[in-house]
Amino acid sequence: MEDSGSTDWPGRWKHIRRLLERSGPFAHPDFEGSPEILEFMLNNCKVLVIGAGGLGCEILKGLALSGFRNIDVIDMDTVDLSNLNRQFLFRMKDISRDKATVAAEFVNNRVPGCNVIPHFKKIQDYDPSFYRQFHIIICGLDSVIARRWMNGMVLSLLNYEDGVLDPSSIIPMIDGGTEGFKGNARVILPGMTACIDCTLDLFPPQVNFPMCTIAHTPRLPEHCIEYVKVFLWPQEKPFGENVGIDGDDPRHIQWIFEKAQDRADQFNIKGVTYRLTQGVVKRIIPAVASTNAVISAQCVTEAFKLASSCCNPLNNYMVFNDTDGLYTYTYEAEKKEDCPACSQVPQALSFKKDAVLQDLVDHLKNSASLQMREPGITATVNGKNKTLYMQSVEAIRKRTKENLPKRLSELGLTDGQELVVADVTTPNAVIFKLKYEV
Amino acid sequence: MSTQRGSPVVDKEKKYDRQLRLWGDHGQAALEGSAVCLINAGALGTEILKNLCLPGVGAFTIVDGKKVTGEDVGNNFFLEKSSLGMSRGQAAMELLTEMNSDVKGDFIEESADQILETNPQFFKTFSIVIATELQERTLLDLDKLLWENNIPLLVCRSYGMLVYMRLVIQEHTVIESHPDNAFEDLRLDRPFPGLIKFANSLDLDHMSKQEHMHTPYLILLYKFLEKWKSEHQSQIPKNYKEKTAFKNLLRSGVLKNEEGVPLLEENFDEAVAATNSALVPTSIPSSVQEIFNDSCCTNLTSQSSNFWILAHAVKQFTENEGAGALPLRGSIPDMTADSERYIRLQNVYLDQAQQDYASVLGYVQQTLTSLGKPSDSIPEQDVKMFCRNASFLKLVRCRSLSDEYCSDKAKVSDIGMHLENPDSEMAVYVLLRAIDRFHSQYNRFPGDYDNEREADVHKLTSCVSNVIHEWGLHSTVKEELVQEMCRYGAAELHSVAAFLGGCAAQEVIKVITKQFVPVNNTFIYNAVTGASATFQL
Repeated sequence: MEDSGSTDWPGRWKHIRRLLERSGPFAHPDFEGSPEILEFMLNNCKVLVIGAGGLGCEILKGLALSGFRNIDVIDMDTVDLSNLNRQFLFRMKDISRDKATVAAEFVNNRVPGCNVIPHFKKIQDYDPSFYRQFHIIICGLDSVIARRWMNGMVLSLLNYEDGVLDPSSIIPMIDGGTEGFKGNARVILPGMTACIDCTLDLFPPQVNFPMCTIAHTPRLPEHCIEYVKVFLWPQEKPFGENVGIDGDDPRHIQWIFEKAQDRADQFNIKGVTYRLTQGVVKRIIPAVASTNAVISAQCVTEAFKLASSCCNPLNNYMVFNDTDGLYTYTYEAEKKEDCPACSQVPQALSFKKDAVLQDLVDHLKNSASLQMREPGITATVNGKNKTLYMQSVEAIRKRTKENLPKRLSELGLTDGQELVVADVTTPNAVIFKLKYEV
Repeated sequence: MSTQRGSPVVDKEKKYDRQLRLWGDHGQAALEGSAVCLINAGALGTEILKNLCLPGVGAFTIVDGKKVTGEDVGNNFFLEKSSLGMSRGQAAMELLTEMNSDVKGDFIEESADQILETNPQFFKTFSIVIATELQERTLLDLDKLLWENNIPLLVCRSYGMLVYMRLVIQEHTVIESHPDNAFEDLRLDRPFPGLIKFANSLDLDHMSKQEHMHTPYLILLYKFLEKWKSEHQSQIPKNYKEKTAFKNLLRSGVLKNEEGVPLLEENFDEAVAATNSALVPTSIPSSVQEIFNDSCCTNLTSQSSNFWILAHAVKQFTENEGAGALPLRGSIPDMTADSERYIRLQNVYLDQAQQDYASVLGYVQQTLTSLGKPSDSIPEQDVKMFCRNASFLKLVRCRSLSDEYCSDKAKVSDIGMHLENPDSEMAVYVLLRAIDRFHSQYNRFPGDYDNEREADVHKLTSCVSNVIHEWGLHSTVKEELVQEMCRYGAAELHSVAAFLGGCAAQEVIKVITKQFVPVNNTFIYNAVTGASATFQL
């Protein structure tokens, strides 16, 4: 076969063609090496990359050099100086430009024929019709909420006919994550293998210092910084009324740093530094080029395997750590029978008869398998659709917060009642069935 | 230099912020002061350099005698269509340095073979040499030269879906190994005078409810251990049964309300939760003991490195003042407590750590004097850091490639043992060795040509047998793996090379910064399964 397309040159795809045109013992049983596979990848296969940051830059490069040409990338962020130690598609001159566009321009210029389409958007700005056009979705995100939202989106695209999953509606989702020298990569076949919500317990809950420690008994430099952030800033309004903390504004960090130092001195606490202050205020996660390279590379390899079937995909979760030597661990994360996101099993919520709405909200937030952030709860009561509580819209929060101390029965909720819960962790509301414990 | 906002100094700190939080300013300085050499700018080589240029390695030099081909541009992000026919080293160097103006790049348009022959001195100027795409003979020559000159060598290879990396370094000592789950150094099993005094100054029976609830759990553990010991012939709880009984004793100390119902006292919960780890007897970790017993530690000379002088001093401390224990680390975990008593407790530990450090410093100065060196030739800061990290010291000694490749020094029994497991990644190692043999016989890789693939399977199988028989082993490797190797035909997939590019760069950073622990010594990764293994060969 001749190389396809006018932009190609002799030998361009020699390396990947070895894998794509030759059958082998580790390929999928249905795989038969053929030049058509590369043709499909070059001309038809559409891949979506979520995030153009540390992982995203690497993923785009890897896809472009692995025979993928039709690539879309979404990122809502702009380039910052602190990105440049690893996000190698960005330069000083790009600071403040949108990441998706800069990354797409760079890859399209460097790799002839590659067509990366940038989307300077939030993932929530697009609906199922957008996501449905892709063959594979790769997430390079640093937010659990966004991951869960994407997970919910690919699950919502599944078609079930008489309870049987239509395999053509499955869009594989590859997910990578890093923190310092640790990382993980996983392959999700929505509806078939463990999804993000099946393994929610893998994400450690965000560490929040107790308010009373911050207010009364600080012991660590971090407590002093939190104190300034939570109490002093709103009190003293150092940069004017309605000016919130901007972690990227050095004057803001400097102010917090100095005040935190004062508080630390008062309690004889040592160790408040400018760097620590910035780390606490912005909740900075350390990051380095090498770990991002490793995890992104594995994600791209998985996309290459899924698109071509030239080898079996990762089954299904890999952990990586190179602090002490090099360590990888691979295992099969299990699909949860009653996963609220992917199981199709109606979710029951049982409460005591005298439970109040606040108990319900707390459960939705704190339950290890739900971990919602700002659940908004509606129900049909006496034939009318009623918002019981909603946090995300301030006006509705004010109006509905009086419901929180009320008993569920007082709000007209009966046994077997359906509750519709919306949250930032999912694009579609989750329906729960209320059960009163007897 | 000015330090105003926007100036190079501040920008650098901001630019490298996310990694400075991992290896600190001193790690960054070491990286910026280093010079690395890369042999061959293929996809793997440039990916390694990319991950070194981004964090700001001082300088790199590419050694590459080849010209850019179409297949090179196809899998390498740091070559362009317009570089076809150019020097590969030069083209890659230009696109790599374009990423980070802090990094100096250079290239030499010669093969490693040529340089080894005409100017071997060249390699001695580097902090580390990274070798890719080398044939066995060249590799062994390079290994010999670098080993004799004590220059680390990292050999990297990306082959189809498989990855191989080998670190060759005579001796690498690490003070800051940054363990993921460092245990605390609390000494509750052998309390020191400051801790005893502070604990005795607090009386749980005569304090307000507030104070009781905010008494640091370390103090609770100390006090209840004293109580336990007084009832158990001065022994601390040892087995599961005793520890359970001790936890119940702790729980009995929780204040009760008028109805006799225990109050919620978080500090007691923390004490119970910390019981098991706090009751692990203080000891010197075996890896540190090995360092103390090493002849480099016991027989110091004027050539000894600071690490060994410091290790010797700490060893002396453990044999004298320390009474079998390392210098106290001096830090305590966060715990429910009022600020005042927490800080006082923190200072109790810090004070003892300071005392221990002072003793160690004394030994360091004595030793330096006896070695004929100025007594202040090791900065006090370094002594402090060594004491703080005494439990986490690491020593890595890799074997040379010439030992690994020499049939009477090869780790034959280990290899044989691993090969008994048909799924062991050791088979990949054997196949790569066999592929080198194939290449030296036929001057090409198995599977290079479609029409010879089947014949190559037989040829490679016989190379495998030869390699294994030369070790005197009777093992075999799966035939599928031989077929798969011939399928690859030395293909270098970009994403597989990029995986190793990340791993290898991180190993280079470990060697240069002397932080974290490098791999000892061979790493194999299989991108089909995601499985990896490390072997000492």
